[in-house]
Amino acid sequence: MTAYSVTRLTWRAPALAAGLCVAATAAAMAQQGGEARPSAVATLVIWMPFILEGFVLNLVMSVLAMAIATVTGVILGFMQISPSRIVRVPAKLITHLFRNSPWLVILFAIMFLIPFQIRLPGGDTVMIPDWVKATIGFALPVMANISEILRGAVASIPSGQWESAESLAFTRIQTLRYVILPQCIRRMMPPWMNWYALLTLMTPMAAILGVNEALGNTQAAMEAAGARPELLIPFYLFLMTIFFVFIYPISLYTRRLERRFATGS
Amino acid sequence: MTPSENWTPDQPIVALRDVHKSFGTFEVLKGIDLTVMKGEVVCIIGPSGSGKSTLIRTINGLTPVTRGSVQVEGQEVHDGNLDKLALRRKVGIVFQQYNLFPHRTVLQNVMMAPLLVLRENRKEVEARARELLAKVQLHGKENAYPAELSGGQQQRVAIARSLCMRPDVMLFDEVTAALDPETVGEVLLTIKQLAADGMTCILVTHEMGFAREISDRVYFTDAGRICESGPPASLFDNPQDPRTQEFLSKVL
Amino acid sequence: MLDLIAPYFERLYDTTGLNFSPFYDSYDWSRLLEGMLVSVKLIAAIVAVSLVIGVIGAGAQTSRLRPVRWCVAAYIEIFRNTPPIVQLLFFYFGLGAITPQVDMGGWYEPMIGSFGWAVIAIGIFGGSYNVEIFRSGVEAVPTATTEAAESLGFSNFKIFVYITLPLAFRFCLPALTNNIVSLAKTASLAYVIAVPEITYSLSGIWSDNVNVPEMMLLLFTYYIVLVAIIAKAMALLERKLALPGYGQ
Repeated sequence: MTAYSVTRLTWRAPALAAGLCVAATAAAMAQQGGEARPSAVATLVIWMPFILEGFVLNLVMSVLAMAIATVTGVILGFMQISPSRIVRVPAKLITHLFRNSPWLVILFAIMFLIPFQIRLPGGDTVMIPDWVKATIGFALPVMANISEILRGAVASIPSGQWESAESLAFTRIQTLRYVILPQCIRRMMPPWMNWYALLTLMTPMAAILGVNEALGNTQAAMEAAGARPELLIPFYLFLMTIFFVFIYPISLYTRRLERRFATGS
Repeated sequence: MTPSENWTPDQPIVALRDVHKSFGTFEVLKGIDLTVMKGEVVCIIGPSGSGKSTLIRTINGLTPVTRGSVQVEGQEVHDGNLDKLALRRKVGIVFQQYNLFPHRTVLQNVMMAPLLVLRENRKEVEARARELLAKVQLHGKENAYPAELSGGQQQRVAIARSLCMRPDVMLFDEVTAALDPETVGEVLLTIKQLAADGMTCILVTHEMGFAREISDRVYFTDAGRICESGPPASLFDNPQDPRTQEFLSKVL
Repeated sequence: MLDLIAPYFERLYDTTGLNFSPFYDSYDWSRLLEGMLVSVKLIAAIVAVSLVIGVIGAGAQTSRLRPVRWCVAAYIEIFRNTPPIVQLLFFYFGLGAITPQVDMGGWYEPMIGSFGWAVIAIGIFGGSYNVEIFRSGVEAVPTATTEAAESLGFSNFKIFVYITLPLAFRFCLPALTNNIVSLAKTASLAYVIAVPEITYSLSGIWSDNVNVPEMMLLLFTYYIVLVAIIAKAMALLERKLALPGYGQ
């Protein structure tokens, strides 16, 4: 059975994706006929730098959101396993809320509920750009999931580890910091990377809120090029390809890690 | 599988001739000859990895042979035209790990094959299944699920499951190896009763005392070959082959 | 129903300024109900499509024909490694532009509407996860168990139907639950192609009434309850199918 594993066929999937891309653009070109306007592909080539520029913002948002999510998620995760009810219960509620709500809904909530500018104590006002708000919106669901992953990882550490650390007079914080967390990190790596990939794939949703990232720029480019229907397939395929090229290696590496952790030691 | 026209009950019911089996470049069986008469009880003993399990699995066609002939009631087992269903009806097998169907109750496990494969009448099958379960001392466990039973109980269900197909030959592949010591006895007792009823049995086993007590003939295998065979008394008390001697000195 | 709660929510609005307009305004009430109905229908259709694709894909993965296996592998990789929102737009705008129009007697309507495209696109996206889930379920069925069936004379088809499938389904239930919950949430993406599901209808309400926080609260509550119901239903199913004494 395992002989049919998808992961062994690694190079074939991108090859097929590329093939699909070429076929679709060819179809779009054929539709074009003999008109004088530049072909869909030629139009796409003109607009590629603009779309890629937008993609840089997707990457920036994904990295920032992941950083925020990791820090807050780990804190929230530790709060979830706190012996104190006052700490534990709110942490569980927050985790539950953001794990079970759609990305889009969280994004809307952040967009509408955070003011577009804040007043600093000195009296100056600072504008919060939409892409920063979107970044926070993307960080929240990932934060909740990292919190849950951490809780699960800590729970999977045998209780003997806690007992032996306690017998060595470690405090709870010390035990977590020096004994438990190091053992969790290895276990958390693959899901953490999975969530980074998923987060990056969600960043184009920012376009709904008017952020000029890759999807927003793609739509703007098509508009600027005359909103011709034959542009739709090549432009969207190109956009999917950019993401695929970035995410696929991450997926492959994650899967390799997962396999190594599953079989090794 | 109707017996071959040439076969008569006074001929071997199971006959292996020069059976070879390789997994890749590794040759597990290097020319096995073995014959079993109807009603005979045969034990195959030998060190781990000597190919005993592979040998027994060739008899009902679970493991295809590389070369040589395996015949059951005069019919060639490893023949593309063989009716596998008929073969499996004739030859039952019980595994080391019981391999019961975890999603079916004990009674359903026993009834499944006659109902689905042989399409027999449900009432008759159920009556037979209940009778068999009583015979293996599992009366009252009909509606339990396999995972609720002890290893020895599960193994007896597995025996009943095979018997419900009314086989002519029963194969036992180290059926007590995975059991807790205290449940080994009940399974061996079941097999002993079966042998006493005249069932043809071929067993791979590590239970030397049992092999000696129950067998009509014992085969000793090592490294894919049969080194020695004979009635249990002579093989156990007076082994001729040095490898048999060495093995018996370790396990007895 | 609305008559019963309307006075309370009207008073709430007057006294505190909390404007839960769907709970006293009959137009907003109907928009809310419609949004919930469409949302549930959408999720059900998406889950159904994704399950069918999952079973077919898992079957195709065991095909003896290499090209078939490659296609399944490529399908999984493409849909799991590109943004679902772009997939949806690609289907709706890209493929929608080249699907034939149906003559409705005077005007033309696309053969597949936005609801249809949302079901297709998100269903295909979810299916790419289900293929893997079902495959790992099938792989978790011990060969020894299927071998036992084989030695009892079961044909390959009967082994699959009576042994492999019932066991594999049980093994993959936890992962399946996760994916169904995640699909229920992903269904909200249909908002971007204007499918009038809950997010879309509530956004209509909050732009008319400027009551974003209240409607957000409603939206979060809807999803928390929905996810809880799905999780509960799946847990019940899991308990119903649990094998006594197995895996403890």
